[in-house]
Amino acid sequence: MINTKDKTFRAGAGITLFMLALILLGALWTPYDPNAMNAAEKMASPGLRHLFGTDNFGRDIFSRVLQGTGATFFIALCSVSLGLLAGLLIGGLTGYYGGWADEVLMRLNDSVTAFPSLLLALVLIAVFHSGKYNIILALGVIFIPTFARIVRMEVAQQKALDYVANAKLMGVKDMRILFVHIMPNILPVLLSTVAIGFNNAVLAEASMSYLGLGVQPPDPSLGRMLSEAQTYLLRAPWYALSVGLAIVLLVLGFGLLSEGLGGDGRA
Amino acid sequence: MDQLKNVLEVEKLSVTYVDRGLFGKKTSFQALTDVSFEVKRGEILGLVGESGCGKSTLSKAILGMLDSAQVTGEIRHFTPRPQMVFQDPFGSLNPAKTVGWILEEPLRVYGKYDAAERRRRVLDMLERVGLERAQASQRPGQLSGGQRQRVSIAAALIRRPRFIIADEPVSALDVTIQAQILDLLWDLRRDLDLSYLFISHDLNVVYSICDRVMVMEKGCIIEQGTVDEVYDHPKEEYTKKLLSAVQP
Repeated sequence: MINTKDKTFRAGAGITLFMLALILLGALWTPYDPNAMNAAEKMASPGLRHLFGTDNFGRDIFSRVLQGTGATFFIALCSVSLGLLAGLLIGGLTGYYGGWADEVLMRLNDSVTAFPSLLLALVLIAVFHSGKYNIILALGVIFIPTFARIVRMEVAQQKALDYVANAKLMGVKDMRILFVHIMPNILPVLLSTVAIGFNNAVLAEASMSYLGLGVQPPDPSLGRMLSEAQTYLLRAPWYALSVGLAIVLLVLGFGLLSEGLGGDGRA
Repeated sequence: MDQLKNVLEVEKLSVTYVDRGLFGKKTSFQALTDVSFEVKRGEILGLVGESGCGKSTLSKAILGMLDSAQVTGEIRHFTPRPQMVFQDPFGSLNPAKTVGWILEEPLRVYGKYDAAERRRRVLDMLERVGLERAQASQRPGQLSGGQRQRVSIAAALIRRPRFIIADEPVSALDVTIQAQILDLLWDLRRDLDLSYLFISHDLNVVYSICDRVMVMEKGCIIEQGTVDEVYDHPKEEYTKKLLSAVQP
């Protein structure tokens, strides 16, 4: 089902594992307190004392990248899980039962998809106010339609196969057929969709925090830091570069992973 | 032994597919018209006809698998839990599950046996259909077409039904494998007191296994009798045409 010898898959898995290790490290230990300011060491260039240098408040950028990657990862993970769970439920039920509920929900789905997703997230943030958990909610909601549509399509396809008819004939209940018989068969398709969705979530979180709507200062997140780094791009280019590197590696890892799993690696 | 005479009686069965368009435009198609017959205990009743003549609709109607069609007439089952063996052994087995899981599922759903008893019945059934016990841990994708059809048969039989509908059970298989599966169905009938409704478009296959045969044309049964009667002295033009197409 999953070809673990695939080079693309291996490269993606390698990068992702490396980033996960860094995130774990950031959660347990950082060289400096990520939020501790130090007036004596403002804008220090990268070196042995500060691996990625320091920012305009003298905070250690390496420590902040470690924690910021963790924050971004956490938000992406939660919002994708939220979208996936709701998508599985909505897509599974509509795909399995069809009928008018299917029509209504899918048209609703289309209308949500018709909005540019970031704009919709901005609207939701405007309603719920900014903050870490509201970002998760907003991103989760905009992910639901994508997952719901894919799950629905796959379930509808599987439902027409004889093994489902056979299970019904043997007296298996509808919910068991849907979740125990059908779901394992759409897993490979879902895995690559999840990896793509995760990428979009990382980028979306970065964009939202960049706009000042996500993680609030002084807590670090990759998007938040990129927005701060912009001001000092010429005086401290290492700031933007190190944050950008973390985003690129995070997205690249999952992109390669999803391509290795059989998706096309694009949104 | 019980006094069971017929396992199935069908009387004046008609099926109409109705397709309601988006704006209430109705189109309908009558797939079966006044179909009446019975399946006697212990017999293999063949059903032949061209593809699209209503054979599969009949099998689905008998087992209550038609969701969106108008069904009139009477279907009387005299045995519990009739099962079906499907044509395509690639589609009728869940590719994500092991053979053992697939065979155990009907017993799990039934809920009367503990895990050890279920396991015993599964392994017993595997041997009965000519598979190895070790194959319980394989997935359908690892099996050949003939082996998969054996698994389908085992899954249909695991709760010991007395009546099986076999819808083109050997059409997707090589000729040599066909013979093995037909032999298996023949032996199982004797050992497990089974009756079959055997659907096929292949008149040679029907001749080799069935006791009686029905000929279906455009949703109607136009002729039925013992295999020898129908094959040697066909009454209807359509039957003669079908037979002349096979025999040299």
